[in-house]
Amino acid sequence: MLDTLLPILLFSALALAAIGAVRRVRLWRQGRPSSVPVIKGLMQVPRRYLVDLHHVVERDKYISHTHVATAGGFVLAALLAIVVHGFGLNSTILAWVLLAATISMFIGSLLVAKRRSPPPSRLSKGPWMRLPKSLMAFSIGMFVVTLPTAGILPEGILQSGVGWIAAFVLAAIIVWGLGEMFFGMTWGGPMKHAFAGALHLAFHRRPERFSDGTGGEHRSTGLKALALDDDSAKLGVEKPADFTWNQLLGFDACVQCGRCEAMCPAFAAGQPLNPKKLIQDMVVGMAGGSDAHYYGSPYPGKPVGEHAGTPHGPIVNRAGGALVDAETLWSCTTCRACVEECPMMIEHVDAIVDMRRFLTLEHGNTPNKGAEVLDNLIATDNPGGFDPDSRLHWAADLNLPLMADKREADVLLWLGDGVFDMRNQRTLRAFISVLRAANVDFAVLGTEERDSGDVARRLGDEATFQSLAKRNIRTLSHYRFSRIVTCDPHSFHVLKNEYGELGTPEAPADYHVQHHSTYINELVVAGKLTFKAWKGGSVTYHDPCYLGRYNGEYEAPRDVLRALGIEVKEMVRSGYRSRCCGGGGGAPITDIPGKQRIPDMRMEDVRETGADLVAVGCPQCTAMLEGVVEPRADIKDIAELVADALIIKMPDEKATQSKAAPTVSRTAEEVMP
Amino acid sequence: MPHNAKSTASVGLNVAVLVSIGRHPLTARTRRADQDARAVEMALTLEGASVSLLHAGQQEHEHEEAIRGYLGMGIDTVSLIQQQSQADVVPALANALRTGAPQLVLTGTRAETGEASGVLPYLLAEALGWPIITGLAAVEKVEQGMATVLQALPRGKRRRLRIRLPAIATVDSSAPAARQSAFGPAKRGAFEHLDATSEIDEALAAWQVQPARKRPKRLKIVKSSSARDRFKAAAAKADGGSGQTLSDVTPEQGAEAIFKLLKEEGVLR
Ligand code: SF4
Ligand code: SF4
Repeated sequence: MLDTLLPILLFSALALAAIGAVRRVRLWRQGRPSSVPVIKGLMQVPRRYLVDLHHVVERDKYISHTHVATAGGFVLAALLAIVVHGFGLNSTILAWVLLAATISMFIGSLLVAKRRSPPPSRLSKGPWMRLPKSLMAFSIGMFVVTLPTAGILPEGILQSGVGWIAAFVLAAIIVWGLGEMFFGMTWGGPMKHAFAGALHLAFHRRPERFSDGTGGEHRSTGLKALALDDDSAKLGVEKPADFTWNQLLGFDACVQCGRCEAMCPAFAAGQPLNPKKLIQDMVVGMAGGSDAHYYGSPYPGKPVGEHAGTPHGPIVNRAGGALVDAETLWSCTTCRACVEECPMMIEHVDAIVDMRRFLTLEHGNTPNKGAEVLDNLIATDNPGGFDPDSRLHWAADLNLPLMADKREADVLLWLGDGVFDMRNQRTLRAFISVLRAANVDFAVLGTEERDSGDVARRLGDEATFQSLAKRNIRTLSHYRFSRIVTCDPHSFHVLKNEYGELGTPEAPADYHVQHHSTYINELVVAGKLTFKAWKGGSVTYHDPCYLGRYNGEYEAPRDVLRALGIEVKEMVRSGYRSRCCGGGGGAPITDIPGKQRIPDMRMEDVRETGADLVAVGCPQCTAMLEGVVEPRADIKDIAELVADALIIKMPDEKATQSKAAPTVSRTAEEVMP
Repeated sequence: MPHNAKSTASVGLNVAVLVSIGRHPLTARTRRADQDARAVEMALTLEGASVSLLHAGQQEHEHEEAIRGYLGMGIDTVSLIQQQSQADVVPALANALRTGAPQLVLTGTRAETGEASGVLPYLLAEALGWPIITGLAAVEKVEQGMATVLQALPRGKRRRLRIRLPAIATVDSSAPAARQSAFGPAKRGAFEHLDATSEIDEALAAWQVQPARKRPKRLKIVKSSSARDRFKAAAAKADGGSGQTLSDVTPEQGAEAIFKLLKEEGVLR
């Protein structure tokens, strides 16, 4: 009986899967067009899976082994089952291999079951809880049914007496297994991640993220420019169908592993955002329906089941109650921790900014101080609304060389909007004294500099970003310099990764941009700086998101600290897993309330290391962390630490200029009367 | 920014808002004028009212960009009455209002560019023979050709007034702040060009215009020991000392009193 039933079952499951696949593809195709190299992309899948995706999965060794055993076993078992049982190829060798594959898959499914008893909160429940059992059903069913073929059990054992009953049970188990693994894969079951995931790897909207075997950096973090000149086009994403089709495909690939949720600072702070839920909501919107069938952690403070959407209905309603609420989108700090952690390589930040673009550019609904900041950027080129002519007032005593006078310099020092902030002015002063100590030929743009456009862009105001960027590019094109150095990782990122697309043949915008820590490190390596021995307490280092995850610079700041004689006490979450300070993405401006504040959580991380001082490399981080109430560790920028430790030897007449270097390190404590 | 609460019962009301070119106080970049934008905001929150925007001026790229700031608040078209740069826009505006026949005309108290004397609404009211109300804070209801409105007085005080429509009302910074101007609608909004003869303002042509100098501010020295006293001094009414409140007087008596005061202060000689 099974001999005839099995092929029928197999091929009908495959046929149903094929129908489901067509339906699924049509769901994705509701999205906007986006051209991809189809054949090339498909050819790349194995490599992207085995190298790039596995690189991420491997951060969790347990699940990586589990996945290799289960997925590897399944793929092999499924292919062989089609050959052996589907086409009835009576090969003992293949049958043995098939047995081995099902055993591997079975072991894998045991590990899956173990991980889920009980499931950690980041994992989804519901249908996901039956997945390990389904995996077992498939592997056991295939195993037993293959035993006769492999010659372990006599052929025909399942066709007499008790065998009939066994065959019946076996058939039921196989139907269950096939249903989950083949049918469920394309009809929206948990196995959908395998089908959508493979295609997502093939048609990813940032193919630059994947290695190609030639080595080098494979990072793609800059936001993509929005075309603003088409008068009729809607700007940004209003409805699920406004995403490009491969973005929709990407959302569909989510396996609800919750790694993004576990890393998200906004979620941890109790703000109404959960990147995993957000991606699932996009899937709900794409297919139409409500979020009632979501079985993971909700957005903090927002019960599941109250939101619904359709592919062509709005994602955000002014009055709320559509697919997601606006404050969910405005909670994100764009720290990219979710993207860094996602094994399916989903681009959460792109999606969030796409939706913010609609809210800002079409609805005019940037919350809290958002509208004011954007108006300031438009009218004064800085977010605080300060007189642009006062950009250099803080440096009146520093006699900074201006590009307008020099026309040419080795280093163009990009000061950033920190010039209007008294705290950041200290950092800038420190860095300038370092540059002078190393005799660097540098110059600043002075009042010709404008905001880089970072905040405008993250707030969804692509128009203001592009206006600022284009004017900055034009200004920069007048001068000759070999590199841009800045103390602000946000300006750094934007200048390095986001201006390029806006350059023109007359004013190309591909600059060599460095963060000041990288540049200081170069100066140290070149022996241009000498330091006193470090006498302070213990130090930890906070990686800024826009330096680390966005640009992969984890080592230079640590090298500089090492050169100062500091041994960094690392926080648990450091490097690519660094926790955001809460200052990115315009989050301090939109200021969505949560249960706690992100910087408080970060200072708690610092406190756990017992460090007396936290070294930072970003004006935003400085401001956010210093805003945490005492007692807490001191906060110092790397430039300040370096300037404090400088030994200045300047015998020539230029020595007078070195006056600006604050060489005295304050050791005295403030004494309260 | 949350949208301001809707006023009710203004269905079918025809509101015209006069908008001008603004100028940022620090950078002098053109923009939507703050008070005019508040007037537009006020009009948009009148539920059921149909809102039309009117600008009299030159058709220039920079001006157009500034006017788009109002369109970005969610307005489809703005009517642009073409005028030469030396023109007095009052006759053209008065004509347009007479033709358009709105029941309510809203505008800012004074412009940020040009003469910015703040007299235009009065001249228009005079030309049209309509009542004028200043410092409009809210329109409460409109029925049978009468509007009940709140007028903003100094230090947060409000006065409820009933005025006969059609009327002109000006808003100042005590009116609710204008909503954000969105780039998309601003870019797509349309201009309806209306031709009108320009009456050259002879007087203006003879004037010499120069940037205003900052006038020194008189310092108020508060000698007080406690924070409470300082707070009281800061929050206290600015008392001129010699103020006088007239009530139940005829317009002539009122005018007489104002005239006398202006003479005393040396404004009129
Ligand atoms: S988005 Fe990525 S990290 Fe988050 S749950 Fe889905 S697969 Fe996991
Ligand atoms: S970018 Fe950061 S804040 Fe935004 S969703 Fe991802 S993890 Fe959360």
